[in-house]
Amino acid sequence: MGFDQYHEPPEELGPEARTIARVFASLTEEAEAINWYEQRLAIEQDAEARDVIADARHEEYKHFAMDLELLLRRRPEWRAIAEGILFRAGSITANADAAEAESEDGAAQPDDPGGSLGIGSLRGS
Amino acid sequence: MNHLLRSHAPISDEGWALIDEEARQRLTPGLAARRLVDFGGPHGWTHSATSLGRVEAVGPVAEGVDVRRRRVLPLVELRAPFAISRDELRDGDRGAADVDLDDLDRAAQRLAEAENAAVFHGAPEDGITGIVPASPHPEIELGADPATYAAAVAHAVDLLKRNGLEGPYGLALSREEWTRVVETSEHGGYPLFEHLALILGGPIVWAPGVRGAVALSLRGGDFLFDAGQDIAIGYEGHDADAVALYLEESFSFRSVTPEAAVAIGSA
Repeated sequence: MGFDQYHEPPEELGPEARTIARVFASLTEEAEAINWYEQRLAIEQDAEARDVIADARHEEYKHFAMDLELLLRRRPEWRAIAEGILFRAGSITANADAAEAESEDGAAQPDDPGGSLGIGSLRGS
Repeated sequence: MNHLLRSHAPISDEGWALIDEEARQRLTPGLAARRLVDFGGPHGWTHSATSLGRVEAVGPVAEGVDVRRRRVLPLVELRAPFAISRDELRDGDRGAADVDLDDLDRAAQRLAEAENAAVFHGAPEDGITGIVPASPHPEIELGADPATYAAAVAHAVDLLKRNGLEGPYGLALSREEWTRVVETSEHGGYPLFEHLALILGGPIVWAPGVRGAVALSLRGGDFLFDAGQDIAIGYEGHDADAVALYLEESFSFRSVTPEAAVAIGSA
């Protein structure tokens, strides 16, 4: 049985690395699903079928966002950069450059804008 | 650089990594509330209040114009200072595996206890109504005899179910109660801990800072912890001997469904 989400030998990875790898795999699958539904909607003419496909795509939006949020919570440095880019008006590339510059300026490591220990919720742990 | 001023501290990247990891390891076991209530955020240091979605009338400011003021719940800041010897940090940079971080460990314990106490017992002067004072249910008494424990917890779960509050249910135990539970076997040798877990269907949590025990529904949406700055380490100052640092967080807490928890008091 294959475990394609692992790039390195799984037995050498710790529990946290394996959890992160699983969530990365989920994130990729959700993005793929959104892409598939987008393409189906682009050609489907039946109104009822379109409703069903759009509803399914709506679910994948949620799943993708949950996976991304979990990863960002576990990686404060990544979150700090993402906060400079996501949900911001203006040029995406300009925002990205500014976020990257702030990060490389020593603000993200060890003193990132969030700066937290990344503990967050412990439900289920 | 942000308000934590970490880059001003005379601490190497390796030193910061050591300190942050030690803090995570020492904080995580004691942060009981985060295992039992809903965690929102973190929204960042500039987040100052939680929106309650409600208003209060403040009277007209002009004829024909009513005014309503939005109600919000201000965040509180918790800060636990500690110090680390600069000699110890230098030894850490040399590869020492036994760097003395005892003061950090004590600060982590204080912060975890304070967070738990605020969530479960409240801090009225800071605008936090804890789970226990908000609960409308009478406290279930717990006798000195451990044999009564399972019945008390079952009574609490029954009370929640009768109020239409679905499980699973969790149980926060003070340090004393947790020790009492794990060291007790019931008739026939069955561990009390496992019996309680069967009754609850959810976690039994070691909760320093909590008094007695608290059973609560984990169905979600009932108890909301809203984080501004999640726990972080900041820099206060230093001299030739030591670096002064602090653990800090900001949050609000509210019981949206106060009846979703029952306090269990020890005799």
